[in-house]
Amino acid sequence: MEIKKVAVIGAGLMGSGIAAQVANAGFPVTLLDIVPEGSKNRNVIAESAIGKMLKPVKLGSPTPLMHRRNAKLITTGNIEDDLELIGDADLIIEVVLEKLDVKHDVFRKIDKYRKAGSLVTSNTSTIPRVQLVNGMPKSFAKDFIITHFFNPPRYLRLLEIVAGNEVSADKVQIISDFCDINLGKEVVICNDTPGFIGNRIGTYWTLIGMVEALKSGLTVEEADAVMSRPIGAPKTGLFGLVDVVGIDLIPHVTSSMISNLSKNDPYRIAYAEQDDLGLSKLFADMVDSGYTGRKGKGGFYRLNLSSGSKVKESRDLKTGEYSKSIKPNYLLSVKAAKKGLRNLVEYDDKGGRFAWQVLSKTLSYAASLVPEITQNIVNVDIAMKNGFLWKKGPFEMLDAMGPSWFAEKLKSEGLAVPEILEKVGKGSFYSENGSKLTYLSVNGDYKEVPNPEGYLSVSDISRGQVAVFKNPSIKLWDMGDHILLAEFVSKMNSIDPLIMEGLSEAASLCESGKFKGLVIGNDGNNFSAGANLGLASFICNVGAWGEVDKFVQGGQLTFMSLKHGSFPVVGASSGLALGGGCEVLLACDRIQAHSESYIGLVEVGVGVVPAWGGCKEMIRRWNGDLSSPKGPMGSIVKIFENLGTAKVASSAQEARDMKFLLDRDHISMNRSRVLHDAKEVCLSLVDGYVPPDMNDYHLPGPSGKAALDLAVSDLVKAGHATPHDVVVTDKLAYILTGGNTDFLDKVSEDKLLEMERESFVDLVKTEATLERFEHMLTKGKPLRN
Amino acid sequence: MSSDAVICGYVRSPFTPAKKGDLAKVRPDDLAAEVVNGLIEKYKINVDDVEDLILGCAFPEAEQGMNLARNVVLLSRLPKSVGGVTVNRFCASSMQAIHQAAGAVSTGSGNLFIAGGVESMSRVPMPGFNPMLNPSLIDVDAYIGMGHTAENLAKQYSISRDDQEKMALESHQKAASAADQNKFDEEIVSINGVSKDGCVRPETSLDSMAGLKPAFDKDGVVTAATSSPLTDGAAAVIVCSEDYAKKNNLDIIAFIRGMAVSGCSPEIMGIGPVLSSQKALERAGIKLEDIDVIEMNEAFAAQSLACVKELGVDMSKLNIHGGAISMGHPLGASGARITGKAASLLKETGKRYALSTMCVGGGQGCATVLERA
Repeated sequence: MEIKKVAVIGAGLMGSGIAAQVANAGFPVTLLDIVPEGSKNRNVIAESAIGKMLKPVKLGSPTPLMHRRNAKLITTGNIEDDLELIGDADLIIEVVLEKLDVKHDVFRKIDKYRKAGSLVTSNTSTIPRVQLVNGMPKSFAKDFIITHFFNPPRYLRLLEIVAGNEVSADKVQIISDFCDINLGKEVVICNDTPGFIGNRIGTYWTLIGMVEALKSGLTVEEADAVMSRPIGAPKTGLFGLVDVVGIDLIPHVTSSMISNLSKNDPYRIAYAEQDDLGLSKLFADMVDSGYTGRKGKGGFYRLNLSSGSKVKESRDLKTGEYSKSIKPNYLLSVKAAKKGLRNLVEYDDKGGRFAWQVLSKTLSYAASLVPEITQNIVNVDIAMKNGFLWKKGPFEMLDAMGPSWFAEKLKSEGLAVPEILEKVGKGSFYSENGSKLTYLSVNGDYKEVPNPEGYLSVSDISRGQVAVFKNPSIKLWDMGDHILLAEFVSKMNSIDPLIMEGLSEAASLCESGKFKGLVIGNDGNNFSAGANLGLASFICNVGAWGEVDKFVQGGQLTFMSLKHGSFPVVGASSGLALGGGCEVLLACDRIQAHSESYIGLVEVGVGVVPAWGGCKEMIRRWNGDLSSPKGPMGSIVKIFENLGTAKVASSAQEARDMKFLLDRDHISMNRSRVLHDAKEVCLSLVDGYVPPDMNDYHLPGPSGKAALDLAVSDLVKAGHATPHDVVVTDKLAYILTGGNTDFLDKVSEDKLLEMERESFVDLVKTEATLERFEHMLTKGKPLRN
Repeated sequence: MSSDAVICGYVRSPFTPAKKGDLAKVRPDDLAAEVVNGLIEKYKINVDDVEDLILGCAFPEAEQGMNLARNVVLLSRLPKSVGGVTVNRFCASSMQAIHQAAGAVSTGSGNLFIAGGVESMSRVPMPGFNPMLNPSLIDVDAYIGMGHTAENLAKQYSISRDDQEKMALESHQKAASAADQNKFDEEIVSINGVSKDGCVRPETSLDSMAGLKPAFDKDGVVTAATSSPLTDGAAAVIVCSEDYAKKNNLDIIAFIRGMAVSGCSPEIMGIGPVLSSQKALERAGIKLEDIDVIEMNEAFAAQSLACVKELGVDMSKLNIHGGAISMGHPLGASGARITGKAASLLKETGKRYALSTMCVGGGQGCATVLERA
């Protein structure tokens, strides 16, 4: 059986988000919800959910659809009239209210219409599977699995699966593969226990965090300053996270959790403690007064707009008053955390003490839950990293502090030491054994960390290996099968002369026949945020124009050696690939893009033009595009718009529209598969590889540039472009229209590269461009001068 | 040899918004052919007598290229023996088509003509697909954006945003009221089942207009609401000699009494109707006061109000079935629409003289004076 068509029942935020992700993966999906009482339009819930997704959002804001056209794959309807639409679905996902009777009612409806052998899953986060199948036919139970997505389904990668004994291993594999390969999820198999892994540990962490904050009299800022980056959690922190989830929702989740837990479970103890401290009442009061979190008037934080500007305020946990939020820069423990987690929890201030109180309880709790909630510690770490975006999972955090030190400290404070923490003894939960990574199993022996077939990371490749070449900005690794991997390791993977040196070395290694192909990629969040602007700014400010020219020309030569060398190059993109990072991809024969790739040539934003072949490559990609009418200007206008406004594609699918990705390039939905997929593509190109030729282009010349200049001057009048935009786009228009060419003549790629260089050097000699550099470096956003 | 040129018929397609309207997916040559067929059918003309199809189009490229007029002949019920010429005077292209037909009639170069125009602003964008401008003309504003010319006139003639919005509102109200009274039924040729105009917004209000941001100049006074919208449409009229009309029992709607074009500075192109109207009136031997019906193309409210001020137009005679702000402005088709409309308004009201006039990008005006038969 293969999943080809999907149905989602329940079109709330989660249901519609899951349907959108199924559509993002290219599958047709039916989305049904109830008919609201008295509603004229019987499909109103599902239809308005899709309508909401299609509303324009600010560029870069999260949105469930990777491309607007994916909405066409979603068929909307209601569960009274349209259940026959689920008849041909291979997978039916229930995402309705977290009420057992409601779910049972929906299951019975589904069971009546679904085809035999189709899979039915529930997105429950709190109700055990055993209760869900109770009273349902055996045939239903055999096809029934819990698939617990995290919100928002497009972006959060954790997917928890709970399958009963009656479900065949084949079916579990089918659903796991679908969620992994097609939906891009990090699949974790859990036991049928309350809250599975993520919510069990994650909500305990928030609960105990709030309890300890109250007990120690911390402000919400102090608590969040510690329970965020210092421990490797997202910067929203504890109270900030509660605001995001919803003040109204948290008590519902925690109370439903404890109703299914045993009496002496630490979760129940923490719950009782928070009740004694008045947290339950605090939450109820906040909800009553409209403080439901970010979706309402605010929560523990709010934005006060009464002064005319946005003032971030925080709530006093005792008085309930709001006042201007103060960053607790005085907490030295937070600074100490930079040297490691242990430095944080050992630091003797209220932040350090708070960190220990929360982490000692949270990590002990997590350690005590294996194998109750899942078969191994690896699953727990994967769940917390992908569901709650922790940098390290609980066991990796314990390893970072030293498990024996941690256990000793628990003992010294009279606290119970979980069994698995006793077992690890002086060792660590994870250890490397040659090229293998092993973990401590519940039996006390070490087993290899399982890696699904097709998962590949640089840490897998490099484990137990010496780099083929390395400098502070780049490392070259042997990927096996004669494929070389170039891994950027500079800050934000920004591109500097050292990276150029490494890429040139990679080209030599491939040209010499030691390797047959090159993959460029990494394990980081971003492929590359662009050229190293700090360095560029420095050499420009000291007027080292020779260095500037070397920087630009050196880059061009390096990228040309990748593009036209006798070996295939595949760029494995993920996250940001901006400016010079984008130009690296454009120099590759193929791009294997993670679906969440944000690609753009944004140079204009910092007052320069793409000069490592970016302009040349865009002309190459757009020239001869049959979707736009022929003529020298059609494609140039499009390129000019995209580059002139520094537009960034908000997904790999959108990058296709802008031709950063071409038909020959492919998209991996699962981040963990990108490198493997890239390597496969590279291998497929090795035999009979012929590098691309250099082309010449008919470009419109000065008459085309006059038209682009005119468009810019209209934008200036309308207030959409600044004076320096005119200077920068003048250069961009000059390059893209081929300089002083006549459109009957052809412009060579070498000539285009020369114009890129000249224009770049001219621009960095202007004050206004250097101001843009400075502003980007200090403020992190473009200056509109 | 010479003979008086007359207008004996006028039809048009519905005018619908570019890109999102019902005609967006209709090729402009097909659209024009349907309108020509509608004209032939309605007025029962003998197609073998037609000398030439003179068709205006402001951006004659792509689907509007390849001598559009000849292709429309071949697509329509006109026989192959009829000629086809495409003319371009930007927005006044189809008024120019009428002028050329009248000129040919008066020199005895043919008896019966179809003169019209078409523009699919959905399918051929306004600067064309390959805007390749002469760099030496940039400084003289040869290619200045139309919105900026409206801003310039608003400044020069102190025309407030409020006054522009009032004019736009009235344009919509007049068009909506004319539509309610089925005043357009006679002139509209249904295209693929579409028979209603799509640009008129009867529900618009001064309040909703006031909320819009300036469209062209951040500190300006011209908004989308006080500009004519991008539109798809076609229009055509029958131009023939008086003798031919009488011999063939065609109902003469109006005599063409005066025609003129004029030039002005490109950056205030919207003032073009002033001089061209004055010249056409003089050639007709009458004064503006003698005119009963005025069809002045509302490219922009600011531009129209500047001409009204400069000419001293009586607003009660102006665009009584609405103007381009509400009806829409398919560039190449508008001249035939307002001239055909002016002629039919003479017939409807029984008044004597009409003036149709319009401004032209690049700095021109074009005007026609008509007299009821």
